[in-house]
Amino acid sequence: MDVPVWRGHRAGQHMDIRLTAEDGYQAERSYSIASAPENDRVELVVERLDDGEVSPYLTDELRVGDGLELRGPVGGWFAWDAEEGGPLLLVAGGSGIAPLMAMVRHREAAGSDTPVRLLYSSRSYPEIIFRGELETLAAGDGTLEVVHTLTRSRPEGWSGYDRRIDAEMLREVAYQPEERPLAFVCGPTPLVETVATALVELGHDPARVKTERFGPTGG
Amino acid sequence: MDEHRLDGNATAGILEEVFAFEITTARAACVQCGATGEVGAQMAYVTEIGTVLRCSSCDSPLIRIVRQDENPRRYWLDLKGVDYLQFQ
Repeated sequence: MDVPVWRGHRAGQHMDIRLTAEDGYQAERSYSIASAPENDRVELVVERLDDGEVSPYLTDELRVGDGLELRGPVGGWFAWDAEEGGPLLLVAGGSGIAPLMAMVRHREAAGSDTPVRLLYSSRSYPEIIFRGELETLAAGDGTLEVVHTLTRSRPEGWSGYDRRIDAEMLREVAYQPEERPLAFVCGPTPLVETVATALVELGHDPARVKTERFGPTGG
Repeated sequence: MDEHRLDGNATAGILEEVFAFEITTARAACVQCGATGEVGAQMAYVTEIGTVLRCSSCDSPLIRIVRQDENPRRYWLDLKGVDYLQFQ
């Protein structure tokens, strides 16, 4: 989208979108920005929830040229700037990839060589958001590692992880606690809580583990 | 699981309407237990009625905010769970 008087954002921040019905009823939801700060346009990732109040409108009804009531960018706590360094441990579930994708893209656009490991849980291969772009970025960059896990169905010959993210997987994929990675975890609440708890149990500094829960309902 | 339970970072939008600075990176001290931590790292309960920020250590309310969307828009801001806010 084009946002008038855009003041720029930091990778990881979100926008609040508010819809107002004809009778005045209002619903507001937060959506993470997936585009890099270096990009002119703002890209959000919206997952359609059948019983949602906002996402069905955004995915089914909204047309090019329509206006939206926005607030943001907000949420500087869950944000990363290339100057902060790393290494960066990114853990995503489903559309929780959005703010982490902004960080990956920002790192690329800023020419940063901060090592990044992205552990990304999706239900199935076709449901991996940004699959092609992540492949391309990782192929040309030895310091960006992308590890997928597919929880519901796998393509034939899949040799990657095939279960929900657990402590064992994090022990294999995450940096050692001594490397003091900066961790950003985003996804549904159960995934975020499992990952945050496991990272701390593995010895990571809780102050360096930042979480963004969707909640089970989302929008 | 409480469906309204999110990270404090989720309160950034509503709190930015009343605080003129980036509040989620400010540190808040809890009146009840004395723990300090960044606002974004506390627990948030975001509902249609209002938003409550709770201490991630002892679960006491730190900040409660209610917005009434009539014209003029009004806010109720309850900060009595916060001993102090520290920000840059």
